[in-house]
Amino acid sequence: MKHGISAMLLGTALAFGAAGAAVAQDKNIKIGVLTDNSGLYADLGGPGSTVAAQMAIEDSGLAAKGWKLDLISADHQNKPDIGSTIARQWIDVEKVDIFMDVLNSGVALAVNNIVKEKNSILIDTGAATSDLTNAQCSPNTVHWVYDTYMLANSTGQALVKAGGDTWYFLTADYAFGHALERDTAAVVVKSGGKVIGNVKHPLNTADFSSFLLQAQASKAKIIGMANAGGDTTNTIKQAAEFGVVSGGQKLAGLLLFITDVHALGLKVAQGLNFTETFYWDLNDGTRAFSKRFSERMKNKAMPSMVQAGVYSGLLHYFKALEAMGGNPHDGAKVVAKMKEMPTDDALFGKGTIRADGRKLHPAYLFEVKKPEESKGPWDYYKLIGTTPGEQAFRPLSESACPLVKK
Amino acid sequence: MQALYAQLLVGLINGSFYALLSLGLAVIFGMLNIINFAHGALYMMGAFVAYFLLNIGGINYWWALLLAPIIVGIFGMILERTMLQWLTGLDHLYGLLLTFGIALIVQGVFQNYFGSSGLPYAIPDQLRGGMNLGFMFLPVYRGWVVVFSLIVCLATWFLIEKTQLGAYLRAATENPTLVRAFGINVPRMITLTYGLGVGLAALAGVLSAPINQVRPLMGADLIIVVFAVVVIGGMGSIMGSIITGFALGVIEGLTKYFYPEASNTVVFVLMVLVLLVKPTGLTGRAA
Repeated sequence: MKHGISAMLLGTALAFGAAGAAVAQDKNIKIGVLTDNSGLYADLGGPGSTVAAQMAIEDSGLAAKGWKLDLISADHQNKPDIGSTIARQWIDVEKVDIFMDVLNSGVALAVNNIVKEKNSILIDTGAATSDLTNAQCSPNTVHWVYDTYMLANSTGQALVKAGGDTWYFLTADYAFGHALERDTAAVVVKSGGKVIGNVKHPLNTADFSSFLLQAQASKAKIIGMANAGGDTTNTIKQAAEFGVVSGGQKLAGLLLFITDVHALGLKVAQGLNFTETFYWDLNDGTRAFSKRFSERMKNKAMPSMVQAGVYSGLLHYFKALEAMGGNPHDGAKVVAKMKEMPTDDALFGKGTIRADGRKLHPAYLFEVKKPEESKGPWDYYKLIGTTPGEQAFRPLSESACPLVKK
Repeated sequence: MQALYAQLLVGLINGSFYALLSLGLAVIFGMLNIINFAHGALYMMGAFVAYFLLNIGGINYWWALLLAPIIVGIFGMILERTMLQWLTGLDHLYGLLLTFGIALIVQGVFQNYFGSSGLPYAIPDQLRGGMNLGFMFLPVYRGWVVVFSLIVCLATWFLIEKTQLGAYLRAATENPTLVRAFGINVPRMITLTYGLGVGLAALAGVLSAPINQVRPLMGADLIIVVFAVVVIGGMGSIMGSIITGFALGVIEGLTKYFYPEASNTVVFVLMVLVLLVKPTGLTGRAA
C-alpha cells in the first residue's frame, strides 16, 4: 500500500514535470489516418493514405531535429458511428493531434464536429462535401484537396458549355451524393442548362441496370454520376453495356479518381471528362513523389489526389508546428497558424488556406486518353483546362461559414 | 408501362445470380448440413480465376466457364476434406463460424494483392452488343446470363431430384450409416457434393465478371442477400431456392423503379415477413 502511494506520488510528480515541459517545448506529434481500409474507397484512400503519411513524416526531417512522431491508422468502414467512436477514442485515449484523410462525407461531417468539440485538428483530404467549409465550417478543420462545389463548377460548367444542357442525376444516397448533386444542379441551372430528373441509389450498389434504364428513358443529354469509387466504375461499365453512350447520351463523372480509371481500363473509360487537383504526371515534382509512392505500394499503384493530399497537408502542418517551436496540442491555434502561412509543396504548388478552412490550389479538367494514346501503365490523362484556385472554389462572398467576416 | 417491362427483365437478370448462388447454398445445406458462409468468397474466386485464365494463360471466357468452376471446386473439396468434414454432427454454428472465417481470410488475401476497386474483364466478342426490344435495349450478354443460369439451375435440380446419383445423395443425407452398408462411399460423395455447390458459386462468379468489376468484395456484398433468398425459399429446398432467387430479383428490380432508396432492404423486409408467417420458408419442410 505504502509503495502504491509513493509510486502514485512519483507518477503525479512526473506528470507535472511533463506538463511543465509541454508549455515550453513539447515535440511530440501523433497523427491518425482515419479512412476506409477495406471497402469500396480503400484504393483511393485506405492503406495508400497511411503510406503517404509515412512519407511525409520521413521527408519532413523532424525526427532528426528531436521531434517524436507517431502514426496510427484505422478503418471507419464508411460508417459515421464507427468513425465517431474511433475519433473520440483517438482524442481521449490515444492523444491523437491530427486526423488525416477521413474520406466519406458522412463520416467526415461527424468527425468534424467531434474535432471541433475537443479542439483537435482535421485535415480532410478525402471527403467531398463542400459543407465542411460552408455551413459546417470549423476553426479546427482544413479541407485540403477538392470539394463538391469545385467539381461541379469545373466539370459541370465545361459540359454545359459543350452543349450538354439537359441533365439526369444518378446519386449515391448519402451526404456526399446529395451535396454533389445539389452543387452540380446549381451550376447547370446557372449556366443555362436544365435538370430533368434524378434517382438515388444505395451506397455500394453492384447492379446499376435499373437506374441506368431510368436515366436512359429520361432522354437527358448528360447523365451526371454523383457517386464515387466502386459505384462509379460499375455505373460506367454497365452504361457501356446498355448502350447509353452509343445511344447519344454522355456520362459525366463528377468525381473520378485515377484508381477508378485504372480499374476500368482505358477501353471503357476513354473520353470521360472530369476534374482533379492532382495527377502524378503533371510535372517533375509530382512525378518524383509518385514514383517513390508507387514503389512502396503492394500493387504499385500511383497516388490518388486523396493520398497526395495527405502528404501535402501533413507537410504544411509540420511547417506550422516548426514555426511555433513546439506542439501546443491546441487544435484551433495550430490551424490558425496554418492559415497564416502560405502553402507550398511539390504536389499542389503554391496555395493558401482561407478563413473558412478551404485550401486553394488549381483545379485541372482532364480527359481520359484513348488506349492507343497511352504510353504505358498509369498514363491515362490529357490535361484540357486549368482553373486557378481563387476561381475554382466557392467564393467567400457566397459563403455561409460564420468564420468568414463580411 | 414500357419502363415496367424493362425493370422486370433487369430483375430477372439479377435473379439469375441469386438463383445460381442460393442453389449452391441449398445443395450444400441440404446434403452436408453446413451453412456455407464462404460461398461469397468462392463466387469471387470464380471471377478471379476467370481473370487469371484470360490475362495469364490467354484462356478465353468460354473455357473459363468450364475451368473456373472445376478449379475452385477442387479448392472447395480440399477445404471440405481438411476442415469441414470434422464438423459433421456438430451444431450448425460451428460450420457457420468456420466458413465465415475462411471467407474473411480469402477476401483479405485477395484484397491485399488486388486492392478494392477491382480488375476489368471484358465481355466476350461473341456476346457483345445488344438488341432493341422496343421497350428496352437488352445487352446480349445479359440475355445469355438469364438463359444459361436457368439451364444450369434446372440441370442441377434434375441431377439431385431425378437421377440415381441424386437418390443416393438424398439417401446419404437421411441415413449415412445405412447407405454405407450398401457399399457406397459416403464421405467421398459428400466431398463431391460440396465441390458441386462451390462450382456453382464459381460459375456465377465467371458469369458476373464481365458485368461487374472483378473485386475481392464482390461476394461479400452479395452473400447476405443470397442468404436471405435461401431463408425465404426454405433452407435446403432446391426448387425453392431457384424460384425464390428469380422472384426476388424481380421484386428488387421493381423496388429500384418505384422506391430506389429501399432497393437494398426490400429483400430483408420480405424475409422478416416470410419468417413471421411461415418460419420454414416458402417451400421448406419442418425439420
